[in-house]
Amino acid sequence: MLDSNKDSLKLEAMKRIVAMVARGKNASDLFPAVVKNVACKNIEVKKLVYVYLVRYAEEQQDLALLSISTFQRGLKDPNQLIRASALRVLSSIRVTIIVPIMMLAIKEAASDMSPYVRKTAAHAIPKLYSLDPEQKDQLIEVIEKLLADKTTLVAGSVVMAFEEVCPERIELIHKNYRKLCNLLIDVEEWGQVVIINMLTRYARTQFLNPNINESLLEEGGEKEFYASDDDEDDEEKKAEAAALAKRKPYVMDPDHRLLLRNTKPLLQSRNAAVVMAVAQLYFHLAPKAEVGVIAKALVRLLRSHSEVQYVVLQNVATMTIKRRGMFEPHLKSFYIRSTDPTQIKILKLEVLTNLASETNISTILREFQTYIKSMDKDFVAATIEAIGRCATNIGEVRDTCLNGLVQLLSNRDELVVAESVVVIKKLLQMQPEQHSEIIKHMAKLIDNIQVPMARASILWLIGEYCEHVPKIAPDVLRKMAKTFTNEEDIVKLQILNLAAKLYLTNSKQTKLLTQYVLNLAKYDQNYDIRDRARFIRQLIVPTDKSGALSKYAKKLFLALKPAPVLESPFKDRDHFQLGSLSHLLNTKAGGYQELPEWPDSAPDPSVRNVEVKDSVPEWSKCTSRKERKEKKVEKPFYSDSEGESGPTESADSGNYGDQAVVALGSWNILKISKTHTHVLCASFTSDQSSGEEQKKERKGVKQRRSGSESESEEESESESSESESGSEEDSESDTDTRKKKKVWTHAHHPQHCHSQQFLLSTSVAPTSSPQVTPVNNFLSSSLASDLEGLSLTDTVLAPTTIAPSASVRMYELLHRITGEGLGVEYCFNRQAFSPDPHMVAVQIHFTNNTSCETKNLHIEEPKLQSGMRIKEFPEIDMLPAGESVSVVMGIDFCDSTQAANFQLCTHTRKFFVSIQPPVGELMTPIFLTENEFKKEQGESSHLHHQPPPHISSSSPMLK
Amino acid sequence: MIHSLFLINNAGDIFLEKHWKSVISRSVCDYFFEAQEKAMEPDNVPPVIRTPHHYLINIYRDKIFFVSVIQTEVPPLFVIEFLHRVAEMFQDYFGDCSEVAIKDNVVIVYELLEEMLDNGFPLATESNILKELIKPPTILRSMVNSITGSSNVGETLPTGQLSTVPWRRAGVKYTNNEAYFDVVEEIDAILDKSGTTVFAEIQGVIDACVKLSGMPDLTLSFMNPRLLDDVSFHPCVRFKRWESERVLSFIPPDGNFRLMSYHVNAQNLVAIPVYVRQNISFFESGSSGRLDITLGPKQTMGKTVECVVVTVHMPKVVLNANLTATQGNYTYDPVTKILVWDIGKLNQQKLPNLKGSLSLQSGAPKPEENPSLNIDLKIQQLAISGLKVNRLDMYGEKYKPFKGVKYVTKVFR
Repeated sequence: MLDSNKDSLKLEAMKRIVAMVARGKNASDLFPAVVKNVACKNIEVKKLVYVYLVRYAEEQQDLALLSISTFQRGLKDPNQLIRASALRVLSSIRVTIIVPIMMLAIKEAASDMSPYVRKTAAHAIPKLYSLDPEQKDQLIEVIEKLLADKTTLVAGSVVMAFEEVCPERIELIHKNYRKLCNLLIDVEEWGQVVIINMLTRYARTQFLNPNINESLLEEGGEKEFYASDDDEDDEEKKAEAAALAKRKPYVMDPDHRLLLRNTKPLLQSRNAAVVMAVAQLYFHLAPKAEVGVIAKALVRLLRSHSEVQYVVLQNVATMTIKRRGMFEPHLKSFYIRSTDPTQIKILKLEVLTNLASETNISTILREFQTYIKSMDKDFVAATIEAIGRCATNIGEVRDTCLNGLVQLLSNRDELVVAESVVVIKKLLQMQPEQHSEIIKHMAKLIDNIQVPMARASILWLIGEYCEHVPKIAPDVLRKMAKTFTNEEDIVKLQILNLAAKLYLTNSKQTKLLTQYVLNLAKYDQNYDIRDRARFIRQLIVPTDKSGALSKYAKKLFLALKPAPVLESPFKDRDHFQLGSLSHLLNTKAGGYQELPEWPDSAPDPSVRNVEVKDSVPEWSKCTSRKERKEKKVEKPFYSDSEGESGPTESADSGNYGDQAVVALGSWNILKISKTHTHVLCASFTSDQSSGEEQKKERKGVKQRRSGSESESEEESESESSESESGSEEDSESDTDTRKKKKVWTHAHHPQHCHSQQFLLSTSVAPTSSPQVTPVNNFLSSSLASDLEGLSLTDTVLAPTTIAPSASVRMYELLHRITGEGLGVEYCFNRQAFSPDPHMVAVQIHFTNNTSCETKNLHIEEPKLQSGMRIKEFPEIDMLPAGESVSVVMGIDFCDSTQAANFQLCTHTRKFFVSIQPPVGELMTPIFLTENEFKKEQGESSHLHHQPPPHISSSSPMLK
Repeated sequence: MIHSLFLINNAGDIFLEKHWKSVISRSVCDYFFEAQEKAMEPDNVPPVIRTPHHYLINIYRDKIFFVSVIQTEVPPLFVIEFLHRVAEMFQDYFGDCSEVAIKDNVVIVYELLEEMLDNGFPLATESNILKELIKPPTILRSMVNSITGSSNVGETLPTGQLSTVPWRRAGVKYTNNEAYFDVVEEIDAILDKSGTTVFAEIQGVIDACVKLSGMPDLTLSFMNPRLLDDVSFHPCVRFKRWESERVLSFIPPDGNFRLMSYHVNAQNLVAIPVYVRQNISFFESGSSGRLDITLGPKQTMGKTVECVVVTVHMPKVVLNANLTATQGNYTYDPVTKILVWDIGKLNQQKLPNLKGSLSLQSGAPKPEENPSLNIDLKIQQLAISGLKVNRLDMYGEKYKPFKGVKYVTKVFR
């Protein structure tokens, strides 16, 4: 059927083959016939052929090569999705001969324009690595390149590749650390897990232990745990952290703080793996006072599937040993349900035991009492052991527990009794003197109990404390001697011990018995027992040539033994990274990366500073600043032609966070960025100094450029775009004017469009063919995202999805809900405000979302900083339902970024609103003569050879 | 990461295998069978099993074991969560996740698995994207396909995968625009013998069925958001808005999805909607026992309690039960020792009662512990915590959607 011409027949055949593959039947005979169809037009047939190919290519390497050319062709396809899937299948074919082809394809795809293809390239890296580890060095180069990628789509996959190929190359992360932190919340959930785990390790090597002074702060820390609640907001915490920081010399690295802050919202993820990853990050990295936040999220996971519960409880058990206070408020969540599977019950028991303290022990013991009555015997046994552990840990309840356990000795279930005996034995060892009654009671039990471990325990107890029960002990030995041959090995050994001890203390009564037992043991099948018997005989029975040791026999046997410490099996498990497979199994799994210890002194934090020079190639360095300016200016021309294609916009909007980061340097140069940097990401405040450096550097670049002037044909066009800037408001001091002029002219230079296109191309996903993507389209859309990036790196989803149009950044003045249906937005339209040249024009856009009309919209009672002025817009008489209207008002911000507050009134309501100017919106119109402009323009034109053809716009020039 | 996946039914047959890297022989499952045998019950199979060369991470769902093979370190929850996603996806596609359904649609299953993982790393797990790639089977489509020879694989390329709203597919169109929200709350309570609450908590979920055209931007606000103590969201919900304004603002995926799940602060005491009077006793002699259970409504806020089912796990010695129920009917399974009493609607006037004798294995000692009772019930149109949706607003699209909210309270274990 595969040879048929009809697609439907082929499809049917392929379906049957795949069904065979799925059932695990061997279908490799059909390989040649299937491979022929790899170039089939029908998508479903194609896909199924891929499935088959990937499964059997390894077995039939030669034939598989026939298909390679098809994929190579696919790699050149204009459609990004076809390129991606071709790479995916190509890299999945495990045939060593094609390694060079794969390498080439990966390298090419890593610099593909589409982030989706780059993501696929990242996926392909570990595949190639597992096929041929010798390619490692080349692959690391690719990884390094992809790590610098700024799209959320790629981030998760490349970190995955990093973890599989070169987890030890931690230095590759430095430059990307802040970017990863900022992108984290937008990365898809699986990528989040991988990134968080990697960052945990990274942070361990780069930052100082925040709990370094833990012992000093013990008390303070404890209190915090109880207070830790979800409602506790960030400010409070910061205040606390600040207070703590004052008391101790330790100061948290701002990057460390950034990581903690950016991961916290992920505790609310629906994905258990993400929550766990964040939890372990906090456990390993956060100051003690802040770890509390994870408790609630982990407790939430306990309501999930039982497998999830199992893993989470394992981790909680480890955490409770170190940080008991964290889970104490959630004690009841660990109460056991009768419907829980046994393994969950036992883990919960473990957690409860770890949580037991003087204050809550009575509740826990009461709870344990009910558990003992359960029908699940394994669970009951575990409960008894748990009681024993509580008793050893908390002295006050030891007697209560012991009494309870003794009562259990009369239980009808043998398992319960046996387990109790074992636990009692351990407890008694701590204070034997007071409990000879119990020992007597247990001696009686030996007739009934059959469980070997319990019998052995009783015998050991009697032997050890035979002086407390001098009458009973020989009697027990007599009984045991009778049944010696039928006992289990472990019991036999204890009988021997008992005999030896009695012989030493009470040789008159037991001499013969001991001899008898030793004789029996001499011919036992188990060599261990024979060995023991020989050893004991030599030691205790006096003979002519008895060695020097026999003198010390009594000391040897009746030495005071230290009481056993009952401790949790989860103790010390936290040296494994929590949440890892190794932690769960308590052994190192293959490929596990040790969690490094904290360094004693922090490595240089400046390695994480992203310098424009280093992190982006030369061409983008020159344009990153101008690009931004330029786009702002050109926007009015292109705004109406903005994005028809969803993917284009969305693909690059993942970018904004990073664009902002890159652009940061340039903002610094403009000297307006102090507050702005804060908005972007707090950690960058430390970059002020580096910004200064860049400034110098930049100047240098400029000078070099101005040295080599070259004219370009696009002057007039660039001039026209330049003119737009003339209408901007001046809000900067005059001293800056000259510099700004330069900036502006650079910015307006259309030839930068080319390089800009280059830069942007990394983030633009062309819909049909990359070559003909209209530049104006992505200019405008990426502008929007860039601008959003400037102020909104934190609010992850909002900018990409709400942005009403990609043209002008709209700011919200009054929300639809708070405004009772009246929505008000404003934007800085960058026009000159004609009535007063010192004012910034603010365009206000009213939308009436209600079903009735709104009247008399006007401004009242402006509350302004000194020197600030407002020019109100004319009152709007009526705004019908569903309509919207725009007006322009002028505000003189006095070159400050203070907000202008005023009331917005309708005929029914008044709303307090405020407009705060973002730094970049306070602009100055600059007048340039044509010559001046040309000169400025020439400065940078030599960098680019080919201007985009469509930047011809026709707006008037201000001269 | 995930190397291979085996699907195994209760009888121990491996009925599907899929490998993402080189093929691993199915004999690796022998270690799993060993563990399964040791565990007696499917619930008790350890989720992570170590074998000399591999690690097996498995989940048990809908009577199928999903056994994945791992070779290197990977967070176990990562795999477990993913396997559950796979199971949910099957459910979404085929209505149920049974062995029969999977066998019937083996090709689609294979295509799905191929798309969900690449080299063992999750690729596309959003149902909206997958449905764009591979259309779910319907009777009509399978008929059309068999006649015309067209396929289940989407002709269009999954552009959604590339967007920043990866959970929503582009170009959605409906003639009736509807958005339904189900607020489902579950009470989880442990009562002691006398009926006092040992432990009680309310967990709730909001499941949504949104069929809206275009790219709607929804805002859901509550009357009393303070009730919500601990929440987790679908990735579409904007966390910052929730933090600052306590409203859910999101662009919904298309179709059914779980918008959020929450936990209600247990400090305000949970009102248990029913009370139980029970008396189960076993006699020392005569190997018999007596059982008497009565149920009555309590604090139901005027709503009827429905679907009441009482389940009792009897001790092993109980051979049979001879009971009479005033309402509903009961069954006793002497093998599993489970007594199920299906009451149905709870009648205010005449309280349902189950009474009668139990026969025990003769000679065996009487059970020391009285069995515990599990009660399942359901109350329509009531969220027991008192949570109320205030309003739903839609932005970004012009049409007026039809909106609906339903409340259900369940007690179900």
